[in-house]
Amino acid sequence: MTLMTQQERLRGELESLVAQYGTARNALMPILQEVQRKYYRIDDYAIQVIADLLDIHPVEVHSVVSFYSFLDFKPKGRFVVRLCQTLCCEMADKDRVARQLSNDLGIEFGQTTPDGKFTLEYANCIGMCDQGPALLVNDKVHTRVTPEMVNQIIESCRQVFGLHATQPMEH
Amino acid sequence: MSDKPISQDTSRAPTSQKRATPIQAGAKDAIGGSVSVTIDGEKTKVPLGTTILEACREMGVHIPTLCHHSDLCIAGVCRVCVVEVEGMRTLQAACAFPITAPITVRTHTAQVRRSRRHIIDLMLKYHYGECYACGRNNNCELQALAKEYGVDFFRFGHPDKPMHDVDRSSHSVVRDMNKCVLCRRCVRTCIDLQEVGVLEAIERGEETTISTYLDKPLGDVVCINCGQCINRCPTGALRANDPTDEVWAAIEDPTKHVVIQTAPSPRAGIGECFGLEPGTPMTYEMNTALRRCGFDKIFDTNFTADLTIIEEGTELLIRLYKALVEKDTEVALPQYTSCSPGWVKYLEHFNPEMIPNLSTAKSPQQMFGAVIKTYYAKMHNIDPKDIVTVALMPCSAKKFECNRPEMCDSGFKDVDYGLTTRELGKMISEAGIDLPAMPKSDFDDPFGTATGSGVIFGATGGVMEAALRTVIELVVGCKVEDLFEHADILPVRGFEGVRYVELPITEVGPVPEIVSHLVPNWDWLKGATLKVAVAHGTANAKKVLDDIKAGGKFSECHFIEFMGCPGGCIGGGGQPIPTSPEIRAARAAAIYAEDADCEVRKSHENPAVLKIYNDFLMEGPCGHLSHKLLHTGYTARGKYIS
Repeated sequence: MTLMTQQERLRGELESLVAQYGTARNALMPILQEVQRKYYRIDDYAIQVIADLLDIHPVEVHSVVSFYSFLDFKPKGRFVVRLCQTLCCEMADKDRVARQLSNDLGIEFGQTTPDGKFTLEYANCIGMCDQGPALLVNDKVHTRVTPEMVNQIIESCRQVFGLHATQPMEH
Repeated sequence: MSDKPISQDTSRAPTSQKRATPIQAGAKDAIGGSVSVTIDGEKTKVPLGTTILEACREMGVHIPTLCHHSDLCIAGVCRVCVVEVEGMRTLQAACAFPITAPITVRTHTAQVRRSRRHIIDLMLKYHYGECYACGRNNNCELQALAKEYGVDFFRFGHPDKPMHDVDRSSHSVVRDMNKCVLCRRCVRTCIDLQEVGVLEAIERGEETTISTYLDKPLGDVVCINCGQCINRCPTGALRANDPTDEVWAAIEDPTKHVVIQTAPSPRAGIGECFGLEPGTPMTYEMNTALRRCGFDKIFDTNFTADLTIIEEGTELLIRLYKALVEKDTEVALPQYTSCSPGWVKYLEHFNPEMIPNLSTAKSPQQMFGAVIKTYYAKMHNIDPKDIVTVALMPCSAKKFECNRPEMCDSGFKDVDYGLTTRELGKMISEAGIDLPAMPKSDFDDPFGTATGSGVIFGATGGVMEAALRTVIELVVGCKVEDLFEHADILPVRGFEGVRYVELPITEVGPVPEIVSHLVPNWDWLKGATLKVAVAHGTANAKKVLDDIKAGGKFSECHFIEFMGCPGGCIGGGGQPIPTSPEIRAARAAAIYAEDADCEVRKSHENPAVLKIYNDFLMEGPCGHLSHKLLHTGYTARGKYIS
């Protein structure tokens, strides 16, 4: 049995993604989204392999990754908590929710917890203007969030870690 | 063998950015063939799909542009060209608006003028730097626009301190992002025109910057130093690494013997720095100006261009002999030219497995450096350590090439400084010399005699034409003039991205003395067909390499000329700014005219070349000493950036 490095494994995965989505320019987005979903980031090596497989330049992939807020070059937490900062949520007192989130997670907005479990950031309108304050935890929307609910939301995320600490997350 | 034609379109831009070319319904006056447009009250008809900008230019209406460039795909990002189109809610970018239905355009209403002025004011808000302290002073498109729109104060402010560090990590290109206006011409040049892909826009909105991969220094990424981005940058954000201070210091040092070699292309371009029309040859005026600047000797790089032809041609014959007669399957064919340092670095990065195909012959610049510090030093009894060799080149990559660590075969740094055409233009103005008014004077001996073959190295197809002139005469034994009128091998000339030529060898002559130590006779070439190709611009080079890897028709070629820059050296990254297909064609015409005027037009007839093989490189082409001084090796670099 030979040792397989993490880079070789990643390359294999990327090759099968390219086999699935093709090598056209418009295959780039779904491939990047899959990588982001699995690894919570798109790292330097992945960018260069994707570029090589699609016959484009790494800097082009870097440009796309830096353009979209939901694609990340730097590692993000397993749960990305995005609080809406647009006008309606602001008027529905999003600040109280923000303070609670910051307090419960022990980090400021834009930071990731040292254990790599949570990232806290602001998002622009997520289309829940009538039900603010609204926040996104990964793909899940929470509306009419109160400071009390923040605690429950975070706790339910923490539970996932407790149960399946060694397994990949489901979203 | 695939017969798929190689596309002339170099742009990989998405369809939305390419110019719209609706199917033409026949002639311009046929129904649906053209469309009427009213510009500032004047009515005209233009072919369907013409942009507003093109229609305006056709009518002589001036529209300011910044991100638009005739070599690049449409971007429509700077918005300086906005015009009013009747019936549309917002102003439209003239460069990106194809006319497909009758429209009425107004180009200088109050709203248009105000918008353009505000756009310029906004660019100036983030443009740090004073015009006096900028290399592009008086040749800057942003400065020209500010003047055109009468900017007399900074409406939205102006930075008073630099926001970015200047990247000086590359030997060739200096990047000063403080001056960047985000027009993305460099991005389109690097990705579409050259297929190198070093620069892209990173982040979005007001955080956008033009960046290399992971914002690495330019010296650490896959940049091939071609400098095409410099030629297209509207401001001073990209410029060449300027060694003029060091050159002046060497000239003023009485212990130094300063020698300059001048390549063919700068003489066809330098006139543009002094307000002359593109394509005005300045060869002999420049010699006088260089002497007045204080250079001790002025040599013509054409001498080593001829030497390159002999060395590279001999190398090709050796490779062919090994492959065809000795049935050596290890021989790498086709052989690629190695004169263009941008192309060489491109291959080292993107196709390192093809390095064996690259001719080991050095470029003419580096051959000259080695010859000056050995042969010339010995002949004139000068200690090579006191010689400073300067190379006047149309090229920014030559600065990188002369700094390659292996380029020290003379025992010293073979070429000390690479100067671009623009930098020499600056030196000449600094010395108070009006170049066009200079009397004419010739190059210095012993390398004075130039041939037409050396001169045409400057244009795409030139190396191939020079090589063919020599190979035909050496192998076939007849005069080139018998096969091609005036020895002009027209099939390899022109500006198509990729050209392919077949030359059947129907008869062979006796083996001339210069290569008689290498092959016994030419009988093995009788009946063969010599297949050659020419590609310029690395985007075209990539197409040829892809075809070779797929086993297409180019894989059966024997010899391929590659040039890193569009148009060859005359369009090099060190040539005067601006550049366009028309300017490059004018410079090429100047070079071909100089070739036609030359008395000796074939490399192997150059008396100075024959003399050096007689007196110095006595083992002949590709002999031991020429291997040491005139040949080199390459580094497999790969494209992975860690």
